Amino acid sequence: MAVIVGHILLISAQVNTQRGVPMLQEVTFGTFAEVQRAATSTFATVHDNWTNYVALQDVRVENAKLKDEIAALQIGLQQERALAQQSRTLQGLLDLKSAVQLKTTAASVIAGGASPEFRTMTIDKGTGDGLSPDMPVLAPAGVVGRIVMPASRAAKVQLLIDRDAAAGAIIERSRAQGVVVGTGTDRFRLDHVPGAADIQVGDRVVTSGIEGIYPKGFLIGQIESLDRKSGEFSDVVVRPAVQFSELETVLVVLTPPANEAP
Amino acid sequence: MKAALVLTAVALALALQTTLAQLLVGGSAAIDLVLVAVVAVALATGPVSGMLAGSVAGLIQDSLSTGVLGIGGLAKSVIGFLAGAIGQQFILTSALPRFLMFVGATVAHAALFMGLNVLLGLRTFPSPWKAVASQAVGNAVVGVVAFAIIEALPGVIERRRAGRRPRG
Repeated sequence: MAVIVGHILLISAQVNTQRGVPMLQEVTFGTFAEVQRAATSTFATVHDNWTNYVALQDVRVENAKLKDEIAALQIGLQQERALAQQSRTLQGLLDLKSAVQLKTTAASVIAGGASPEFRTMTIDKGTGDGLSPDMPVLAPAGVVGRIVMPASRAAKVQLLIDRDAAAGAIIERSRAQGVVVGTGTDRFRLDHVPGAADIQVGDRVVTSGIEGIYPKGFLIGQIESLDRKSGEFSDVVVRPAVQFSELETVLVVLTPPANEAP
Repeated sequence: MKAALVLTAVALALALQTTLAQLLVGGSAAIDLVLVAVVAVALATGPVSGMLAGSVAGLIQDSLSTGVLGIGGLAKSVIGFLAGAIGQQFILTSALPRFLMFVGATVAHAALFMGLNVLLGLRTFPSPWKAVASQAVGNAVVGVVAFAIIEALPGVIERRRAGRRPRG
């Protein structure tokens, strides 16, 4: 058998194939090529298995670590956004403080009203900071209300939307006068408007200062709707400029309107 | 024990009222969480506890508001007593009767509170129906959900404890 194989190999080494390549070389190459192919395939399979399964054990740990990092970054981003928002709010207050020629102090809202029948809120400044009853409370967007009960380190603010609250008002465009009255809802009512007054939907309503509490010229809101029956205004609704449910910081005017500089 | 429960419920409701209630309804409509707590306490413990809870809660609310001290206290005391008495006379264990109870209590409370204010010439309430109706529904929903959570809580805690106990 070995002799026969030896002979065949000898002949093959000398005889060329039709492509001009020695037969032994072609057979040997072809055989080893298949071995190489099988080896490569096996190696690739092992490599793939290693890469996609075994090595993923570390990836899982790394994935968890990256998820933690993303969560930390997201929290950081939220903190940055909150700081930016706070910065914008404080900038608004600072602008208002600069615009108001009266002595003011900033205060934070620390609680809402305890009873839904009364629209109040509590701020973190009190008599110790110079607050006293009837001092007006403002926000960058407009008028908030007035101090009704100051304690030493906190004060209760009656919001202008409270049923018992009211403020002298004037239509900025036409200078028509009236009284803005709280309704206990998120809208004001404009009362005591002369029938001949020039009022339109969208008109800005500002304080007139006539009641002696609020400084003159501060924005209360805009006329949202009105009804005119037999020449008289019957139902003038004002949309507040201030979002009362979103108040965080406010400005208390420490100077009474009577002491305003002329 | 009962007094502590009543005070805790009232304090919790007041804390939530001053922090969350405005956010929940965007400051326009209103939910009276303190009234919800008073009715819940009354239904759970009876008319006397309900009346005391209403009295304490109403007085604290009055003192924190701008109205006359005592009007809210009186209104809530009456509602606490009535809710407790009704709770003892009728079976109010399912959601619908409780929902109706909270709605009725809110409407009665509003009638008492507004009536006293109008009688004493303190405030006027032009067309309050929409506000009262929305508050009644809001209070009822919160009350029924709170009742369900409170009643489910002991069972959940017990199941979790049983699950942690070593077997065998």
